[in-house]
Amino acid sequence: MKSAGQPMAHESAGGHVTGSALYTDDLLSRFPGVLHAWPVMSPFAYAAVLTIDTAPALAVAGVVATLTSSDVPGEGDTGPNRHDEPLFPTEVLFHSQPVMWVLGESLEAARLGTAAVLVRYEERTPLVSIESAIQADSFHSPPLRLSRGDRASALAQSAHRLKGEIHIGGQEHFYLETQAAIAWLDESGGVALHSSTQHPSETQEIVARVLGVAKHQVTVECLRMGGAFGGKEVQANTWAAVAALGAQKTGRPVSVRLPRRLDMMLTGKRHPFLTKFEVGFAADGKLEALHLALYADAGWSLDLSEPIVWRAMFHADNCYFLPAVDITGYVVKTHKTSQTAFRGFGGPQGMLVIEDILDRIARTLQLPPELVRQRNFYVEGQTTHYGQTVKDASRIERIWNELKSTSNFVARQQQVAEFNEQNEHHKRGIAITPVKFGISFTATLFNQAGATILIYRDGSVQVNHGGTEMGQGLQTKILQIAADGLGVELGAIRIMPTSTGKVPNTSATAASSGTDLNGAAVLDACAKLRAVLAPVAASMLNCLPDEVHFEQGIVLAAQQKATFAEVVEAAYRQRLPLFASGFYKTPEIHYDPKTGQGHPFYYYAYGAAVAEVEVDGFTGDMRTLRVDILEDAGNSISPIVDRGQIEGGFIQGAGWLTLEELVWDAKGRLATNGASTYKLPSWMELPEVFNVGILERAAEPGVVLGSKAVGEPPLMLALSVREAIRGAIAAFGDGGIVELDSPATPERIYFACSKARGQAEDA
Amino acid sequence: MGSNIAGLMDFVLNNRRIQLPQCRPQTTLLEWLRSNGLTGSKEGCAEGECGACTVLLVRPHGTGSKYVPVNSCLLFLPTLAGQEVLTIEALNENKQLAEAQFAMAEAGGSQCGYCTPGFVMSLFAEQYRPGRAGPCDPHSMGGNLCRCTGYRPIRDAALSLGPAPDDSFRGRLSSPAPSMIPVSYTSIEGRLERPGDLAQCTTFLKKYPDAKILAGATDLAVESNLAYKRWPVLMSIDAVAELQVFQDAADHVEIGAGLPLSEIEFLWEHAPLVAREWLPLFASILIRNRATLGGNLGTASPIGDAAPMLLALDAELKLGGANGIRRVKLQDFFLGYRKTQLEPGELIVSIIIPKPFPNQARFYKVAKRRMDDISTVAACFAVNFDADGRIAQARLAYGGVAAVPIRVTEAEQSLLGKRWDELAVKQAQAIIASELKPLSDHRGSSAYRLAMAQTLLKKFWCER
Ligand SMILES: Cc1cc2nc3c(=O)[nH]c(=O)nc-3n(C[C@H](O)[C@H](O)[C@H](O)COP(=O)(O)OP(=O)(O)OC[C@H]3O[C@@H](n4cnc5c(N)ncnc54)[C@H](O)[C@@H]3O)c2cc1C
Ligand code: FES
Ligand code: FES
Repeated sequence: MKSAGQPMAHESAGGHVTGSALYTDDLLSRFPGVLHAWPVMSPFAYAAVLTIDTAPALAVAGVVATLTSSDVPGEGDTGPNRHDEPLFPTEVLFHSQPVMWVLGESLEAARLGTAAVLVRYEERTPLVSIESAIQADSFHSPPLRLSRGDRASALAQSAHRLKGEIHIGGQEHFYLETQAAIAWLDESGGVALHSSTQHPSETQEIVARVLGVAKHQVTVECLRMGGAFGGKEVQANTWAAVAALGAQKTGRPVSVRLPRRLDMMLTGKRHPFLTKFEVGFAADGKLEALHLALYADAGWSLDLSEPIVWRAMFHADNCYFLPAVDITGYVVKTHKTSQTAFRGFGGPQGMLVIEDILDRIARTLQLPPELVRQRNFYVEGQTTHYGQTVKDASRIERIWNELKSTSNFVARQQQVAEFNEQNEHHKRGIAITPVKFGISFTATLFNQAGATILIYRDGSVQVNHGGTEMGQGLQTKILQIAADGLGVELGAIRIMPTSTGKVPNTSATAASSGTDLNGAAVLDACAKLRAVLAPVAASMLNCLPDEVHFEQGIVLAAQQKATFAEVVEAAYRQRLPLFASGFYKTPEIHYDPKTGQGHPFYYYAYGAAVAEVEVDGFTGDMRTLRVDILEDAGNSISPIVDRGQIEGGFIQGAGWLTLEELVWDAKGRLATNGASTYKLPSWMELPEVFNVGILERAAEPGVVLGSKAVGEPPLMLALSVREAIRGAIAAFGDGGIVELDSPATPERIYFACSKARGQAEDA
Repeated sequence: MGSNIAGLMDFVLNNRRIQLPQCRPQTTLLEWLRSNGLTGSKEGCAEGECGACTVLLVRPHGTGSKYVPVNSCLLFLPTLAGQEVLTIEALNENKQLAEAQFAMAEAGGSQCGYCTPGFVMSLFAEQYRPGRAGPCDPHSMGGNLCRCTGYRPIRDAALSLGPAPDDSFRGRLSSPAPSMIPVSYTSIEGRLERPGDLAQCTTFLKKYPDAKILAGATDLAVESNLAYKRWPVLMSIDAVAELQVFQDAADHVEIGAGLPLSEIEFLWEHAPLVAREWLPLFASILIRNRATLGGNLGTASPIGDAAPMLLALDAELKLGGANGIRRVKLQDFFLGYRKTQLEPGELIVSIIIPKPFPNQARFYKVAKRRMDDISTVAACFAVNFDADGRIAQARLAYGGVAAVPIRVTEAEQSLLGKRWDELAVKQAQAIIASELKPLSDHRGSSAYRLAMAQTLLKKFWCER
């Protein structure tokens, strides 16, 4: 029996439910004498730092040291690409930005130390809103451009045109485990770290940069993360660098852990977007021309904002063919946290816009929105606006039709209409939306992975690879892949904590590609080891090497068998290597960032969702009554894991689109900086009925075990909730266009309902 | 279990006696657990919102005990003196998973696993809840947040759990829980006093007028953890029987100011609809297991949820001080932004709600999230009719629309003597607009708050 494809609980589930699974900050008591770090934070969003007097801090009981620019032996900058993130800035660029750090015997001591530090600032006027930054011509880079056809003349010739503007809010990752790193000087003169990072290799690079040492001096290990969602792809580096610097200065272990409030005030979020569109369309609802401007509020530093805006531009088509299109992406520089990767990586914002537009078109033409959507679907052979052929385009329609039927869409639409007839103050909406999401890092070079597998003489196995576990179930899938790859039982394999000491130069575990890349590298290593073991087994079992079959710890040939451990021991005695490395790089992909044209994605993940909601017209309160999902996950390696990603991604997306609202005040201070002011979905937001299906007969050739990435795509299925809300709002009026910024908070819904009612009365 | 009876300066943790350490009295149980190697309890927020830190207190239930899940990030360590605590580490001490643990793992209820110990503790407490029948109620995990799973598998895990198995954990519940003993805890960094009765309380307060009164700590511990407030002297009211009363009499209900909200829910068998709809909207179950009415009114927060309801029910307060007890109408209690009638050395003893309850009364809460969120606007409306069916009395009370919880008295006046119809509602709504000038903040704009103050009245009328 194969392990892959079997539903199994998370490989650490036993540790999770007993509390014995360890996370970075759980290790503190293993580091006697560990120091705690606290930052001195700017009270302004934009200011010059004139002078810093650290002496008073050192007089505070329990304070051990301060960290300022003079302590940096290397380069005091943690910016991943453009070196634009000074650790000890002379100019503050966002509210609460750390200007220096204090190390104390306790967190309390360090914090009291920071309170004693005297900093003189010269306050400047910050650019807080995206509009004010655009006005001030404040951008991180020149505009990004993607176009096809002659948009202007196509627009001019269209029978219908609409123009509009949508504000899209950002999203706080709110990984339950906040940013954390512990650094210490190891036994052999190097620096070692435990870091809650999605990208140990980059964390290693940044630490080495700041310390001014070669990378081989720095070892970064990540046990597991208590969630990350993109928020620890580059933004774990700074805290690791501070910890390492502190360890180097004091010789003692140093812990940097951001309590929730600091984490929210200091780390980046999903990018808020301002989007402006003009669309031309035919009387049947078919898109003819689209002119789109996407302004991403990137915050104070560049971070990953460029590829994020690219992905928004790539995904502005979602599942729809855009004949003539012209998209400009702007990376706007504001005095806010540096917005960063977040599940979907710009895709959600791009797709929100096109879904919003299609609904407006439908309401303009008085056609059902799902019909207008369907009329615009890609068909086989068509290419995207960036020149990639839409492989398996017919799956969109297949999923659509299957889901419409399993969700009983048509009949329920009728019931919704009846409900709305009968109820004046409560209205329901039902909507179906599709998803097409491109899989691969858009930067081609990141699409590579490595693995190292070690087999010991008793037949037990250690698997190392470059991916990190953040709850997405990567290690569960790797375990299943490796067990089948070597033909051993799950229990024979130990997945090791991710370490830069085991596999070098790894990519971030991101872009939903963790299993595609690392799983394939692990399989490659397994194949190499089987190639070593098969001849040994063949001679033991008197057969040919290719007649040997490895499964669940038994090595079989014809009627004979041996245990995996016996074969391993025999191989050892024959002096054969029992370790191997594996490697994988994604084939076929390429793209030119200058033109935006190419084949950036290895394949697309598809899905669709139907959501039904009810809106209370008195308050704007909203409930999701039922959700049906059909997701294309290829041949699922781990069905429980995949279903978990689909459901979790959906609810997270629904949170982004409804109740999660980031508010910055006029001074650039984040007003929603804690769990009491920034509300995540709770279990009460779980729809009463939540049906999730995984598409059958959907193996993806060329991807590990025929599977498909499933980390990000389901998040965008939640657009069905937003569209259903807009439908319900429309029902308060005469069914006309509903303008609704995101997130759809009760307040926004309430005022949109009032407007709809008003329009109906005016009409 | 329960063999290790804790004494004055120690507590029982996972069936072992632990000496209270010398520490800052505001050290939380969570901080202490984690720095002592019990890292199964996690910190996700340090403000009672996420539940990753959930632990169980063993508290009295009839002649036996019950497990009460609470946020360990909001428990000051010295308040545990004499108490009994279970953390996630206790659940599988004999290397066997508890049913709640098994169910969570099996259902795929953990992804990153960081929230999981907290969920397990909430579900465990629910499964062992005395008198419970049928599957576990998913509402029991209302105080736990998960960012990964989307909750479906966790809901399934809850629903899959039946009666508690006959094990030592259930056995523990048939013997008594530790009682709340008086405490006098001093360390170089501060002092925490827990007097044994009201007289001792007021005497202590007279001597230390600046002592901070500590009830459930669901406000104070948040201030301590997040705003780093430090109080040299804290006085816990947990051991004061006079503040724990509950009496449902013929002409009134008296509720002790120190009674946790879940106890009120449990004890108030004949609570009117308005109170029954109010309770679940107040915070989460974990918070309600600690939060008190005294604390909610004592903060004089303009967005506290108790005040609007108690104003609409025309409640009175008993205030106690060195000179004895006095009674004050709640309506007169709030003087201004976070200012009350409480004199130095005085505390709220109990809340008295007159009977009969109004003919019609409803509580509404508008917030971004439907459960466990702070109100953008809270409203409680109560009306009484005369024999003719005309409005004889009306009390329209709000939170979140002014510096204090208030009643819109002019709008109330406008209703008197009228028929309860749409026109009356419309006229009252117009007056409300002139009476209220709400603020804008991250929870809602002034315009929205005002609109809510008005439309909720209409909703009340529509739902009559
Ligand atoms: C996660 C979370 C959710 C919350 N949700 C809500 C909500 O939905 N609605 C809501 O209204 N509140 C909410 N709160 C706030 C808080 O729970 C309530 O205000 C609670 O009632 C406070 O009671 P306590 O016993 O915990 O007070 P404490 O924190 O112990 O004390 C609060 C204040 O009251 C004073 N005080 C306490 N008892 C007395 C007394 N007997 N006499 C005089 N003064 C006294 C204290 O000195 C202190 O100033 C929430 C808090 C948290 C952490
Ligand atoms: S840490 Fe979040 S509730 Fe205690
Ligand atoms: S499993 Fe990650 S927060 Fe719940």
